[in-house]
Amino acid sequence: MLRFLARRAFFGLLVLWIVSVSVFVLFFVTPHDPAKTIAGRLATPQTVALVNHRLGLDRPLLAQYGSFVWRLLHGDLGYSYYSSAPVRELLVSRLPVTASLALGAAVLWLLVGVGAGVVAARRPRSLVDTGSTLLVLTGLSMPTFLVGLLLIYFLFFRLHLAGVDLFPASGYVPLTQDPAGWARHLLLPWATLALVTAATYSRLTRSSLLEVLGEDYIRTARSKGLSEPRVVYRHGLRSAITPVVTQLGIDLGTLLGGVIVTEQIFGLPGLGQLAWQSVTTQDLPVIIGTVLVASVFIVVANLLVDLGYALLDPRVRPS
Amino acid sequence: MAQRASGSGEVLLRLENVVKHFPVGHGIFPGRDTDAVRAVDGVSLEVHRGETLGLVGETGCGKSTLARCATRLHTLTAGRVIFDGHDISTLSRRQLRPYRRELQMIFQDPYGSLNPHRRVGSIIGDPLAVHGIAEGAARKRQVQELMELVGLNPEHYNRFPAEFSGGQRQRIGVARALALHPKLIVCDEPVSALDVSIRAQIINLLADLQRELDLTYLFISHDLSVVRHVSDRVAVMYLGRLVEVAPAAELYWRPRHPYSGALLSAVPVPDPDLAGRRERIILAGDVPSPVHPPPGCRFHPRCPKARRRCVDEEPALVPRDRDGAEHATACHFPVESVEDLVHAHPTIDQPDREPLTGPRRMARSTR
Amino acid sequence: MTLTGPAQAAREVHGAGPVPAIEGRSPWRLAWARLRRDPVAVGSATVLVLLAAMALAAPAIAHATGHGPDDQYHDVGLTTAGLPVGPSHRFLLGTDNLGRDILVRVAYGARISLLVGVTATLLATVAGVVVGLVAGYVGGVVDVVLARTMDVVLSFPYLLFAIALVSVFHPTLAISIFVIAFFSWAAMGRIVRGQTLSIREKEYIEAAWSVGSGTLRVMFVEVLPNLVAPVIVLATLLVPTAIVFEATLSFLGLGVAPPTPTWGGMLSDSLSFYRVAWWFPLFPGLALLATTLAFNLLGDSVRDALDPGG
Repeated sequence: MLRFLARRAFFGLLVLWIVSVSVFVLFFVTPHDPAKTIAGRLATPQTVALVNHRLGLDRPLLAQYGSFVWRLLHGDLGYSYYSSAPVRELLVSRLPVTASLALGAAVLWLLVGVGAGVVAARRPRSLVDTGSTLLVLTGLSMPTFLVGLLLIYFLFFRLHLAGVDLFPASGYVPLTQDPAGWARHLLLPWATLALVTAATYSRLTRSSLLEVLGEDYIRTARSKGLSEPRVVYRHGLRSAITPVVTQLGIDLGTLLGGVIVTEQIFGLPGLGQLAWQSVTTQDLPVIIGTVLVASVFIVVANLLVDLGYALLDPRVRPS
Repeated sequence: MAQRASGSGEVLLRLENVVKHFPVGHGIFPGRDTDAVRAVDGVSLEVHRGETLGLVGETGCGKSTLARCATRLHTLTAGRVIFDGHDISTLSRRQLRPYRRELQMIFQDPYGSLNPHRRVGSIIGDPLAVHGIAEGAARKRQVQELMELVGLNPEHYNRFPAEFSGGQRQRIGVARALALHPKLIVCDEPVSALDVSIRAQIINLLADLQRELDLTYLFISHDLSVVRHVSDRVAVMYLGRLVEVAPAAELYWRPRHPYSGALLSAVPVPDPDLAGRRERIILAGDVPSPVHPPPGCRFHPRCPKARRRCVDEEPALVPRDRDGAEHATACHFPVESVEDLVHAHPTIDQPDREPLTGPRRMARSTR
Repeated sequence: MTLTGPAQAAREVHGAGPVPAIEGRSPWRLAWARLRRDPVAVGSATVLVLLAAMALAAPAIAHATGHGPDDQYHDVGLTTAGLPVGPSHRFLLGTDNLGRDILVRVAYGARISLLVGVTATLLATVAGVVVGLVAGYVGGVVDVVLARTMDVVLSFPYLLFAIALVSVFHPTLAISIFVIAFFSWAAMGRIVRGQTLSIREKEYIEAAWSVGSGTLRVMFVEVLPNLVAPVIVLATLLVPTAIVFEATLSFLGLGVAPPTPTWGGMLSDSLSFYRVAWWFPLFPGLALLATTLAFNLLGDSVRDALDPGG
């Protein structure tokens, strides 16, 4: 077991390393010049060269990468080219926003998705099932920004016209400051993210539950006279929930790294928006920081999922 | 422990101390002190040209593994395989190719041994294509002749395996094995997956083909009545080793090894009166784990007449007492004709024996 | 050996030459028949055909209406306030914020979406199948390396990386296709590898070895035909993902460079105008939705047709 964990952890570190190298290489193989951007359009070549030197961009590549790794290991992610703020602070300040968005949406999509899946599985091939499948596929097919647009249009704009101002279209209020406001501002983003993701969970739950309900031990439970809800929820769902949990872990890991589109549309100052901004301004340290953070979340989530899987299902454990 | 040549025919296939172990466990560095499933643990036998050698044993005794070692679908852990005078023990897959023409195999599962996405004509013609023997219309002709030979309608050349019954699928497998006109065919439980009524058809087909085409068979099965019907000589296998080899009639009339006796006593008898009167020799416990076989004679933990010597010393597979040169038994105290094994008791204590554990699942082979 | 039964009958009828063979009912033919009977499949296929037709006919549409995709009509295409004009007989689907004909732009946008979606998926499929097949079949060190590579690729934060990549290399069609393909192939490869691993254990593979088939032959003649079904299903389901990916990139301004019309780009432009011009986001949005939904439904139907086990 320990060996298994060690192997996965090692692999995770390998991934992180590869990601960091990739990002680094990406920005040095290309014809761009952050120094010029920072120095401004009217800067003289000498100024640009000075900025270059101050940023350490004129050193050999390996040296730059080496010092980067060194600082990384000390928890120092450098300073933003753009705002001169320490990257770590930027990341930390943005994380709660993204976390609020991701976790809140997760609760919502689990309720909706798993619920819909269970309903569909209980009555396979019925009208309810076909109808919900259609809805689900529609949800799956829509890009996040489209869903966001639709929600903004109908739940914000239309209501606004009617004089109802329930769901704001943008902005973020920290939880600690004003819980009600926090929730109100996040409702539409939650709905956006949740609608798109619930679709996957609904399908997953449905197919997994259908498979489990076909097993012999379920038939035994029914023949023993257990009530149908008890059979489905206590016995069936317990086994069927495993792939859902796995998927949840992976999705959370991915989302915590930044929900770019949703944050962009709703003006939420999270990691996604930060990533987006840093790319448009070619702010290398921030880009690297956000990508690394996102990768860390994904790797950790994968590790936890593997661990959880091994704990939940003794068959999976490598002996 | 080689079976001495009976002089009745040349030896077509000789196995000398063949060993096949499958490593178990997840060592990061494989090959270093890991446990192994000892599927075949030193088997020697000879198959003479023109005969049918039956190989029987319980599930898990290693007979299928032995079959695959004989046809070199596995690499040998140790020992030699000599086919028609050529040592094919360590040849690479490419070097083995020409021998494939003479040494073929029929598989057990009629549903798994045919590729569901290939047409039957293509499956049967595969050997011809691989060895470049015939192309196009000529190949089709040959395939259809083979189909007729095994009792299939040649018009079904383009059908898919799903459109055939189990018995017909086995015929397809037989046709495929015959395509290259081999000398020896290893039949790995060819009728075990078929309905009883179909079995006779396939067995008779195999017998007819043997006569017509001068084939030699190594016929593997766990079903003793089938083996009795088709074999000239029979070898009994237990936990990776041979325990007895004898001409078929003699084995069924006078088994010398306690295990053979027990197996035979368990064969279903059609006549209910006879069945009622017959007494079965019940063996204690399950087959031990092939990872840790018992010391000495491997059968001693379950043997009704085990003694001290059986734990200490492994018996050799040689003719015993006044048995003919053809009849070899690996037992220190072979069964006498007057002996009653049903009521026998071992003379060693239980703690002396290996713990009785169930069989372990074998690791899959890596190719 | 005397021939009996059907074999004998066939010989008597056809003589000594090769016997003409009855056509077998291949699994493909059965699947196709099932697919044709499925109304959902037929419906989505029809939608896709129409969309493809629209994409191909985009220049014809431009010609018919007299409006090019990039032509701005400030006089008739915008209101006096400078806002887009709604659907009318001159502009069937209305105009956008620069007075361009939305119908024509949606048609041209279809080209980009379909082209990128299908091409990227094709590339990803080929790469994924090759890698997955080799990894699963050959096993050993090769498998470890390839499988780990796929795991690494799957661990990348996609959108983030795609954005970074595309922003560095100025956005072009080829870049979009490549980036999307790069992040899709591993999903296909992983599935193919899994399937190959389980196929490899089947007895007919052993039978192929015992006949003397070499590695390449077994991979392509024995294993590959059994992979076609899951690959087709997955590919059909990867296309909408690719299309959405492209739309998202265009939405963020990182797709094909303007003024080339893309659905994502149009949606992005419409953000500031949706209050006054509902048609502006509606039609590209509808087109996008219809395309992806049709592919998803078709993919589901194909899966059911190929494996009716339910």
